Amino acid sequence: MLGRTANGLYWMFRYLERAENYARLLDAGLRLALTRDLTTAEEEWRSVIETAGQRQFYERKHATYTGMQVWNFMLRDKNNPSSILTMFGLVRQNARLARNAISSELWEAINGNWLEIDEQLKEPVAENRVLETVATIRRASTLAHGAMAGSMLREEPYHFGRCGTFIERADAVARILDMKYYLLLPSLSYVGTSLDTGQWDQVLRSVSGDRAYRWINAAQIDARRICEFLILDDRFPRSLSYCYMLLRENLDALAQVHGTEGRCNALMRGADQRLSDLTIDDIFDQGLHEFLLEFTASNAAIADAIAQDYRFLA
Amino acid sequence: MRGKADFFDEMHGSGGSVRPAYADYCKWFDGQKDEVLSRKHAEAETNFRKTGITFNVYGEDEAEERLIPFDMVPRIITAGEWRRLTRGIEQRVSALNAFMHDLYHRQEIVRAGRLPEALLRDNEAWLANMVGLTPPGGVYTHIVGIDLVRTGPDEFYVLEDNARTPSGVSYMLENRESMMAMFPELFMRVPVETVSDYPRRLAKSLAACAPKCAGPNPRIAVLTPGIYNAAYFEHAFLADQMGAELVEGSDLRVVNGRVAMRTTHGYEPVDVIYRRVDDEFLDPLTFNPASVLGVPGIMDVYRAGGVTIANAPGTGVCDDKAIYSFMPEIVEFYTGEKPLLPNVETWRCADEDSRQYVLDNLADLVVKEVHGSGGYGMLVGPASTREKIEEFRHKIMERPENYIAQPTLSLSTCPIFTESGLAPRHVDLRPFVLVSPDKIDIVPGGLTRVALEEGSLVVNSSQGGGTKDTWVLKD
Repeated sequence: MLGRTANGLYWMFRYLERAENYARLLDAGLRLALTRDLTTAEEEWRSVIETAGQRQFYERKHATYTGMQVWNFMLRDKNNPSSILTMFGLVRQNARLARNAISSELWEAINGNWLEIDEQLKEPVAENRVLETVATIRRASTLAHGAMAGSMLREEPYHFGRCGTFIERADAVARILDMKYYLLLPSLSYVGTSLDTGQWDQVLRSVSGDRAYRWINAAQIDARRICEFLILDDRFPRSLSYCYMLLRENLDALAQVHGTEGRCNALMRGADQRLSDLTIDDIFDQGLHEFLLEFTASNAAIADAIAQDYRFLA
Repeated sequence: MRGKADFFDEMHGSGGSVRPAYADYCKWFDGQKDEVLSRKHAEAETNFRKTGITFNVYGEDEAEERLIPFDMVPRIITAGEWRRLTRGIEQRVSALNAFMHDLYHRQEIVRAGRLPEALLRDNEAWLANMVGLTPPGGVYTHIVGIDLVRTGPDEFYVLEDNARTPSGVSYMLENRESMMAMFPELFMRVPVETVSDYPRRLAKSLAACAPKCAGPNPRIAVLTPGIYNAAYFEHAFLADQMGAELVEGSDLRVVNGRVAMRTTHGYEPVDVIYRRVDDEFLDPLTFNPASVLGVPGIMDVYRAGGVTIANAPGTGVCDDKAIYSFMPEIVEFYTGEKPLLPNVETWRCADEDSRQYVLDNLADLVVKEVHGSGGYGMLVGPASTREKIEEFRHKIMERPENYIAQPTLSLSTCPIFTESGLAPRHVDLRPFVLVSPDKIDIVPGGLTRVALEEGSLVVNSSQGGGTKDTWVLKD
């Protein structure tokens, strides 16, 4: 297939994942804001924007953090280059670009999503509609992934799309953890103090991991367990470990199609190995922040290698 | 303006009788409930929007994707009518191809005094770079769209030849898909020729035109200007249906004397390029140096016989309306036969006598620019204003060679579905013709365009026209 088309598929799924992650962040933010007093709520909304990496653009427009401003900015603001609406536009644009490499079912799912989301985001979103809007976005993503799983040939186009999903997801989860690392880093002061379970809950909800975590850990909420869950538990589909298991699978499949391994395969093997050798104690000994910095840098290096190995650009 | 009786209607004859072509259809239609048809009518648009069959329009602010309105009453042609049409189309298209070869070689037709040399000199689509070059298989016009209009039972006229890059075939295919999805029972009652194998036939026809260096399975690519092009949907659709690659100029480069595309494995040669990029953008080294849509050096490869470009550069000459006015001579010159399909009577404003006639009768004529297309830059005298007519009078006097005029034709009508029942609207017909070295292949069907406004004669989608599914009945 064409390198440009492979690039289109890869980015189509990166943008889809990004939009979905923003929707999850909003969801978690909403949940928390509803249970807080106004001052704390403002802090929470600031943290949502910060975690999404949109603070710079947001503060160019708004001086305060209110829920309504924040969700409208993240959902549909023209001044926000990463708004969910823009992301879905890019998903569709890349799908059009790769139109002859994707199944009709996938195309129709993506196109249908775009029509629905574009319609829902035509006007500013009021309080009584925001949950519904976020739900639509998450459903849209699920629909696209379902169409992909159920209708695409397991060939190059599928694997490039999946690579996009897991590169983006790993990056997003690492960033969310990093933003919250001051909460997660166990320190002396933590011993004996009662944890702000709402904050923990939000971290888990940001990656839709709250229920999964409870399933495994019952009521035991603590930093180590949460980090272990989000970094090393390869049963959870948004953990770093799981992302890398799947990324490696898809890169291996590409190498098989091509009959040769690229630089991305070597980098992937190294990164995967490092991750599976680690325990949560190693990570805390090294420092969570340092670990995450290293991880995102190596994730970006793998992404670059994929683009080069498969000639995404001229 | 005029009574309905002035026009030939495809469905109804005199006294409201149903023509044979529509006998089965009308039997079915009469048994349908109005509210069911209304619902289907509304669903059709949603369906087109969902599948993304749109064309892009660029306004002042942002790009907009529009739908071409679809009407669910088919245009039906009998097997006998179709046979007669195809013979005429085959004759015309083989003459066009021979004409192109002659134009870029000895120009016998000019030497014989049958075509004025000035027509070539003034023709912007004529390419000096094509002189002496014979494309692989000798085919210039791989895909041709012949625009036909009808005025009576046996009176079909050719209104335009589209030999540059005829578009609209995806609508022929998608309209049929929609009709089958909406009214499956109809296709069980009426024997309609299939059009769905067009992409396969196109791929086969193009493969037969591959250069000698191609292997047994020539590699075909559709070259598109990109996702912002108005017809991008069609480019992607055809590539998908043919199993061909959809490439942009930036995907291609000349490698070892071949045109090659950048795949995930590296550069791999392409044998046939079905290009939907205009001539002047094809090769920045030969034509427009600012073009980023084309491939530097592709014309050198082409000249050396290393790639097939469909349609060949320079075929736009045939789309010129001054050349069109000579088509009866052209057909006779190259086939030795009288044309089976007549032209619409055409006055060339460059000729003094004709010009005087045109200027005296502007209010009754249709005036067109010789290089124009898409229904732009034309005057429909009877439907126009006095100012517009005077504007054209000046234009014609200033640059007579730039205009031709034709009588206002009584285009046939075909009913469309409206909320208040069936209503006649004017239609034309564009069959798609595939040319390979030893075959002219015409898919039984085509694109029927319909003017949605009552009384309007302009069917172009850029001017608010719609489309219909086109049925050719089986014998």
